Amino acid sequence: MTDTNTNTDNSNLTGTIIDINGPIVTVHMPGVRSGAQVRIGNVGLYGEVIALKGERAIVQAYESTDGICPGEAAEDLGWPLSVELGPGMMGQIFDGVQRPLENIFAQAGDRIPLGLNIVALDREKAWPFVPSDKHEPGKEIASGAILGTVQETQTVLHKVMVPPGISGELLEIAPIGEYKLDDCIARVKAKDGQVHKLKLYHRWSVRRPRPFTSRDDGVAPLITGQRVLDTFFPVLKGGKSAVPGPFGAGKTVVQQQIARWANADIVIYVGCGERGNELVDVLETFPEMTDPYTGRKLMERTLLVANTSNMPVVAREASVYVGMTMAEYYRDMGYDVVMLADSTSRWAEALREVSGRLGQMPVEEGYPAYLASRLAAIYERAGRINTLGGDKGSVTLIGAVSPPGGDFSEPVTSHTKDIIDTFWALSKELADARHYPSVDWVGSFSDHVETAAKWWSQDINKTWQARRAEALSLLSRDAELSRIVNLVGPEALSSPQRWVLEGAALIKEAVLQQNAMDSIDTFCSPAKQFELLDLVLTIYDLGAEMVELNVPIQELQELPLLGQARRLKSSYSSEQMDRFKEFRGEIDKVFNSIRLEYAKQGEAA
Amino acid sequence: MSAKEYCTASAARGGLLVVSNVPGVAFGDRVQIRDDAGNNRNGQVIRCSNEEVLIQVYEGTDDINLESTWIRFLDEPLQIALSPEILGRIFNGIGEPKDNRPPIVSSVLRPVGAGAINPAARTYPKEFIQTGVSTIDGLNSLVRGQKLPIFSGSGLPHNRLAAQIVRQAKLVDQESSFSVVFAAMGVSNTDAKFFEDAFADSGVLGNVVMFVNLADDPPIERLALPRVALTAAEYLAFDLDRHVLVVMTDLTYYAEALREVATAKGDVPSRKGYPGYLYSDLAEIYERCGRIKGRTGSITLVPVVSMPSDDITHPIPDLTGYITEGQIVLNRELHSQGIYPPVHVSSSLSRLMKDGIGKDDTRDDHPHVASQLFALYARALETRNLASIIGADELSERDRRYLQFADAFDSRFVGQKETEDRSIIDTLDLSWELLSMFPKDALSRVSETEIAKYYNPAE
Repeated sequence: MTDTNTNTDNSNLTGTIIDINGPIVTVHMPGVRSGAQVRIGNVGLYGEVIALKGERAIVQAYESTDGICPGEAAEDLGWPLSVELGPGMMGQIFDGVQRPLENIFAQAGDRIPLGLNIVALDREKAWPFVPSDKHEPGKEIASGAILGTVQETQTVLHKVMVPPGISGELLEIAPIGEYKLDDCIARVKAKDGQVHKLKLYHRWSVRRPRPFTSRDDGVAPLITGQRVLDTFFPVLKGGKSAVPGPFGAGKTVVQQQIARWANADIVIYVGCGERGNELVDVLETFPEMTDPYTGRKLMERTLLVANTSNMPVVAREASVYVGMTMAEYYRDMGYDVVMLADSTSRWAEALREVSGRLGQMPVEEGYPAYLASRLAAIYERAGRINTLGGDKGSVTLIGAVSPPGGDFSEPVTSHTKDIIDTFWALSKELADARHYPSVDWVGSFSDHVETAAKWWSQDINKTWQARRAEALSLLSRDAELSRIVNLVGPEALSSPQRWVLEGAALIKEAVLQQNAMDSIDTFCSPAKQFELLDLVLTIYDLGAEMVELNVPIQELQELPLLGQARRLKSSYSSEQMDRFKEFRGEIDKVFNSIRLEYAKQGEAA
Repeated sequence: MSAKEYCTASAARGGLLVVSNVPGVAFGDRVQIRDDAGNNRNGQVIRCSNEEVLIQVYEGTDDINLESTWIRFLDEPLQIALSPEILGRIFNGIGEPKDNRPPIVSSVLRPVGAGAINPAARTYPKEFIQTGVSTIDGLNSLVRGQKLPIFSGSGLPHNRLAAQIVRQAKLVDQESSFSVVFAAMGVSNTDAKFFEDAFADSGVLGNVVMFVNLADDPPIERLALPRVALTAAEYLAFDLDRHVLVVMTDLTYYAEALREVATAKGDVPSRKGYPGYLYSDLAEIYERCGRIKGRTGSITLVPVVSMPSDDITHPIPDLTGYITEGQIVLNRELHSQGIYPPVHVSSSLSRLMKDGIGKDDTRDDHPHVASQLFALYARALETRNLASIIGADELSERDRRYLQFADAFDSRFVGQKETEDRSIIDTLDLSWELLSMFPKDALSRVSETEIAKYYNPAE
C-alpha cells in the first residue's frame, strides 16, 4: 500500500503511542484527520483513526498489538482506509483490509506476520488493454466513462473507468497493448487545469459509497438455483436479503450455494469472523466447479475477502466495507454483482468490541447506539443503479445473521429485519430433522414476489404466482392440521384432511428439500423448479379429486408415484426436461385408471 | 530492561495488578512477580500506557502486599520450551512441570500466542478418523484437522466419552505418529485422575502431554492453559509431523475465568456478564487446529463444553457452536435410560463429514445410510411423541414400525459399551440391520443398488 494516485501533502505526519488497550491504541498525533490510515509501532501495524480527542488520536489496529510499547512512533499514511480497484482482483483471496493472502502465504509462510507491507494488486503483471473507440483525444470525458477493457479472466471483461471525481478533456489514451498497473493509460485535463494521469487501477475510500447517476428499480429475480429461495422467497438483482439462523441450521451452505449457482456476473464472498476451513472449502472447490451459465470455472468470477474468526477483530469491521467497495466497482462496470457477507453478526460484534473498549455507553446487549444506523448504511449500498457510464448495474447484498441462541428478537437480527426486503429464516427444528435448506416457510418473507412474478410468467410459466400461492396455502393448512394430529393422532382427521398432510409432505420432500451435496439436485433451473412444483400440485389436485370419489386414502398413500415424485429432483437434471413431461403422462395414466375403477364401483353400487 | 525490578505496584484486585511509572513495557509481555514471601508469580501485560501498566497475574493476587512486591518485566511474550521430551509429562497452565520432574530444557522456545493461520495456507480436512463410536463414526464423522466439541451437562459422561475417543481414535490407513494433548481447566482431582488412569490403562500415556489446572488451582492460569497446550500441539504436529488429538475439558471453566478477569478490568459486559470479545477469544483457541499445506501433521480438537443448566443457547456453547465444525450433544434423557454414550443424534452435527466419508474413505453407501437413518429417526421421534399422547395401541401398523425402530436405534446403535470399539464397517452393517426393519420402498434416500447389496431383513 505504498502507492497512491491521490497524492496528499501531509503524508509524513508522525506521532507517538501513549496507550495500548488491546486493538485500541491512543496516539499523540496533532493534525491527523479522523479516518486516516496510520502505521503504528516499530513493526508498522496498520490501523485507522476512529476518533480524535484534542491532540490525541484513537486508532483501531487491524493487527494484533502484542509487543507494541508506549513511546513507539506512529505514521499517518495520508489517505483513509481504501482499496485498490483494478484488474487482478478476480479469483483472489484478500484479508479484511485487502491484503492478498495467497501472496502473503508465498512470502511469509503459514501465519500472517505483523506489519507486512504488501500491495493488494500485482504490479508486475501485464494486462492486455483494448482502448474504447468511443473516446478520442481532445474530446470531453466524464467520470465513470469507460476508457477501455482488459480481459481479467476468461469470464470477466474488466472495464477500465475514469475514476469518479475526475473529468475533463481527454488528452491522450494508450493504444492497444500490454500494460502494467502503474503504467499511464490516459491523461485527462480537468477544468482547473490539473492533468490527471490515469492508470489501470485507482484507489477508493471504503467508507464512501461509490457514486452513480440514479437508483433504478429491480426488474428481475436473482436466480440461485435453490427452489425454496427462487420459487418461494425470491430476491431481486439489487435486493437486500438476510439469512438468520442458529448454528447448525445451514447458513453457510445456503450462502455457498448462492455463491455457486447465482446467475450473477460477479460474486464477492466476505467471510467475516467465520471458520477458516469454510473459506478453504471455497478456495479448493470453486476452481474445479463449472458455472452453469457460462460453462467456465466458478473461481473466474469469484473474489473472496477473508477475516476468519481468529484474525484481528477490527479488520472484521473493515472487511464488509472492503467487500462492498469492490462490489460497487464491478457494479459501475454494468455488472450484476452478488455480495455475500457471512456473518454480519460478527461484524456487529466487532463494532461492539471497539465501542466497549472506547467506553461508549452500550444500549441493547452491549451493542452501541449506532448499530442500527451502521447496519442500514451498509445494506443501503446494495441496489440496482444507473451507472455514471450510462449502463445499469446492481449489487445484491445477502447477509448471514447469527443470532445468539437462535433468538430472532436480538438486536442485530431485528435491526436487519427492518432494512432488508427478503428474509430467509432458517429453523433449528427443520435442520434437526435434516430438512435442508432449513428455510422456514412461516417466518420467511419476500417483498418482491409481484416483480418476480412478472419475470416468471414471461420466461417460465403464466401460472407461477398462482401455483406458488397454492403451495404456500397447502403448507399453512398442513401446519394447522399437524397441531391437531399432535393432540389426537391422525385417525381423527377426515380423508381430505389427511390428503392435505400427504400433499404438504410431498411439497416439503419433493420441492423444498434440496440436497447441496447431490450432483444433480444442487442446482435447479427455474424451468425445473416450476415443473417439480407443478407436478407435485397436480398429484395433490388429482388425489383430492379421487378422495371425493371415495378412494381410500390408504390406497393413495401407497401409490409408488409418490415415492417417484420424491426422487424426481435428483433423478433428472435441468437439461432433461422431457423426462418430467413423461412423468406427467405417468401421473395422468395412474389417476385415470383409479378414476375408471372407482367410477365403475360407484355405478355398481 | 529485564534486569530491572520495580516495586511501584499501586493496586491489586481480582487477579490484576496495576504498576505505575514503568516506561517502555510492551503489550503482551511476560512479567515475573516476587511477593514478600519470596514466591515467584507469573503475569502478562494486558494494558499499558505511559502512566500505568495492567498485569494479569496467573497465580492470582491473593496475599499480595503492594509495598514489598517486586515486579520484573521480561522483554518477551509468554513462551514455553518444547522438545520431544514433553510427551509423557504433566504441566500446569503456564507450562511448568507438575509431575515433580525437571523442567524441559530446549532451544526451541515458542510464544504461546501464535499468529492466525493464513486461510490460504490451510488445506481442507478430509481424512476420516475412526473413533469406534457408532453415533460419531456413522452419523457425525470426525475428520483429521476438525474441531468437534462435546456439548454436555453436569453429571453426564462426557469425560468417559472423551477418554474412549482418545483410546480408540485411529486413522483408517495409518496408526503411527499419533499424539494426544490433554488440556484440563478447572476439573476436579477425581476427573484428572480418571483421565490419567484411562491413558495409562490403554498404554498411550507415553504419547500424551497433559496440561492440568485443577478446580482448586488459580483460575486465571486457565486463561493461558489452552494457548500453552495448543502451542505444544502445534509443535508436535507441524515440527514433529505427528497427528495430534487435543482434548480440552472444560471450556466453560475457561470462559468463566475470562469473565472474572474481564469484570475486574471493567470491560463492558454483553451476554450473561461475559465480555463482548468472548467469541473472538474462543475463536483464537478453536481456530488453531486444522491442517496446513505442505505439513504432514494435523491438529484435531475435541473440546468438552458443559452447558450450564443443559442450556444449549447459553453463550459458551452457543458461541462455540458458531466457531466449531459441528457438535456432539449429550442428552440427559438418554443417560437416565442407561444408554451410553447418550449422544443426541438429531442435534449433533459434523460439518466436515461430507468430504471425509464415502467410497474412498469409508464405504460407498455411508453418506446415504447416514441421511436415511437421520430421516427415519426424526420421523420415529415424532411417532414416539404421538404415542406418548394417544398411546401406542392407537398407532397404525406403519407408525408402530417407526416406534420399534426408535427403540432399536437407541439401544443398539446409540448404546454401546465403553470398551466397545466398533469399526466403521461394523457400524454401517448395524445401520443396515436397522434399516431392514422397514420395507424397501420406505428407504428413499439410499439407492436401488445399495438396497440390492445390503438390504437384509430379519426373518
